[in-house]
Amino acid sequence: MPDFCFPAVLVNKKIMFIIKYKKIFIGISIALVVLSFLSLFVFGLNIGIDFKGGALTEIIYKTERPTQAVLDKSLTALNFGSILLQPTGELGYIVKTRDLNDAEHSLLLKTLSLGHSPTGEAPDSKNTLTEMSFNSIGPSVGQELTRKAILAIILISLAIICFIAFAFRKVSKPVSSWKYGFIAIISLLHDVAIPVGLFVMLSHYYGAELDTLFVVAVLTILGLSVSDTIVIFDRIRENLRNQAATAKMNFSEIVGKSLEQSYVRSICTSLTVILVLLALFFFGPVSTKYFALMLTAGMFFGTYSSIFLASPLLVLVEEWQKKK
Amino acid sequence: MWKKIVLALIILVFGAGIAFFVFKSEPKLNKNFETQKSFFKKFPFRLGLDLSGGSHLIYKADTSLVPAGQVGDSMNSLRDVIERRINLFGVSEPVVQVQHGGLISGAGEQLIVDLPGVTDVKQAIDMIGQTPLLEFKIEAPKGTPQTATVDKNGKVTLDVNSQFVSTELTGRYLQKATLEFDTNTREPKVSLQFNDMGTKLFAQITKNNVGKIVAIYLDGAPISTPVVQEEIPNGQAVISGSFTPTEAKQLVGRLNSGALPVPITLLSTQTIGAILGDHAVNAGVKAAFIGFLLIALFLILLYRLPGLIATLSLCIFISIILALFKLLPVTLTAAGIAGFIISIGIAVDANVLIFERVKEELRSGRNITDAVSVGFSRAWFSIRDSNISNFITAVILFWFGTSLIKGFALTLGMGVIVSMFSAITITRIFLSTLGFIGEGKVARFLFSSGLSK
Repeated sequence: MPDFCFPAVLVNKKIMFIIKYKKIFIGISIALVVLSFLSLFVFGLNIGIDFKGGALTEIIYKTERPTQAVLDKSLTALNFGSILLQPTGELGYIVKTRDLNDAEHSLLLKTLSLGHSPTGEAPDSKNTLTEMSFNSIGPSVGQELTRKAILAIILISLAIICFIAFAFRKVSKPVSSWKYGFIAIISLLHDVAIPVGLFVMLSHYYGAELDTLFVVAVLTILGLSVSDTIVIFDRIRENLRNQAATAKMNFSEIVGKSLEQSYVRSICTSLTVILVLLALFFFGPVSTKYFALMLTAGMFFGTYSSIFLASPLLVLVEEWQKKK
Repeated sequence: MWKKIVLALIILVFGAGIAFFVFKSEPKLNKNFETQKSFFKKFPFRLGLDLSGGSHLIYKADTSLVPAGQVGDSMNSLRDVIERRINLFGVSEPVVQVQHGGLISGAGEQLIVDLPGVTDVKQAIDMIGQTPLLEFKIEAPKGTPQTATVDKNGKVTLDVNSQFVSTELTGRYLQKATLEFDTNTREPKVSLQFNDMGTKLFAQITKNNVGKIVAIYLDGAPISTPVVQEEIPNGQAVISGSFTPTEAKQLVGRLNSGALPVPITLLSTQTIGAILGDHAVNAGVKAAFIGFLLIALFLILLYRLPGLIATLSLCIFISIILALFKLLPVTLTAAGIAGFIISIGIAVDANVLIFERVKEELRSGRNITDAVSVGFSRAWFSIRDSNISNFITAVILFWFGTSLIKGFALTLGMGVIVSMFSAITITRIFLSTLGFIGEGKVARFLFSSGLSK
């Protein structure tokens, strides 16, 4: 676009504070990422049955829910190893066990419905519970999924890196194009690390489990947040090209100008996605609640990082280059 | 100018037509659904198991005895056999898929069975696991020791099984079984036709046993013990037990479906109750609706007239996507609905990029018509780039995913592609018809931002 010319407004100083205090913003991002990693190491990941195998039975009692202690007692007699009872709703339980075969599954249901009576024997209490869902995953299926997930993460990361390399293929001065790509990848890691840290907190305090959707969320964040960074970097390069013809500006001023020009659209495009994600979180199906929350966090920090991390980093890199 | 208006009208009619189709073909929206033409009834949304309720089973097939080159073939015939068995039980729209092992999945050959509406896992597993074993046995030679049991009342029961000895003839040599009704008694009977090898064996058995009983065993129990009148050389036999017509029909089906070519073991089961699925559907629809309203509000408040037009093209986008879900059809899961909802958000991304650019061009002193056309062409690169990354993710997820992930990847990917069309082409056509609005103060107001500046 050789005929492109800028609006005759001067660089708005409003947004320049980001460049001026770049080290503070970069510091905030580093702190958040470190915090996420810390929570990951302190709390650990709560891996769900999707990956490690096991069974999850959700039941709802018709009239009255037996206490956990009563059920625990009769469940221990089943010898299924450790059984975790988790109350859900008013009348329901989620029962977590190792993976169960058909016979063990019926035995479990029988035990759970018998437990309804305080005496432990109630032949007519068959109908006192309804099985809402049953999910039993053998360990080999879990291993297979883990393998697939890891491969998908590697492939998508590679594809995104290739895409970034492609998007920044035209060499531009004063910062060479691979550095744009490198910074885009750093901010991408930042965008993924923070939602993961958030998820670790969630799984620690609310029992969220790392399942297939978690992996999908991480990968979708990769796709969604890279575009934000690219929109701003694109603008920076466009301005760099134009600046050659017009007034001399230094690099940090150009970055500030580009930010000024694109922060509104960057925030707005993320906001539209965040709006629907919030709708999904508050009103959507239970199964995608954590998924929506993670994506919301990913979108938010994706936009944050493209404005407050990627661009300041770019200026920082340029300054280091000059010093050399 | 007139050309543009006509084009815009055509798109409006087209969009309305698609929306009408979606509305008409959805029982929940259309109160007169039952009286509709069959055309509309053919295209309901196809709901995944987590929404409709049902069972999802993963079997591992043991192909260690199958020669390497024939694994694919034997897996396909395994799928066919299982499919036939399931169809017998009248499950609507079952899905039976072979998942080949390999580098990517890391596991062996697998068979994935989706049974919508079947929430009783035990029933489902039985349905698939049943292998009818058909045997033909002849009377044991005289003098064979026979076992008998004496119960506590002193009654002696002769063990029937010890009276008969197995022959080589089994269900393996069966060519087909058919259901027939006796012309006199109207009783159902099952007619068997053997293949060449079976015909020879059967002829030999009947020849050697004229006047004796040849017992027909099903799954280890005698179901028919006819006396052989003469040699039967043509390989046709009839089982006339005391069947009900349904039982006879099931037996025919089971015999025809044959034995499994490869042994299978159950790896994992997943059952979702219908109530849970219903809740998820309602929640998904509600979230999509509220998400749409939020976006519409956002667009109109922030971009005024262009925002209104973007909302209109978003409506067309949603209609097109929903129609595609019905026509392709796409199996919708909770994750799939999430993908669709996210694509609503992404669909307006392009519009936001364009409108921001248009606003910028307006500020730089262009008139509205120019600003719109320049805005569109300059925003294109950003739009392309931001969609490419999402599309890459969707494609790889689809390629790798389990059915849950595939549903998400597919709806998201479709959303990305269709949104490029709706947000760019449709919005542009609509906006270009607005030239009549002129350059007055009102027009400038309508095209400028609802907030700041």
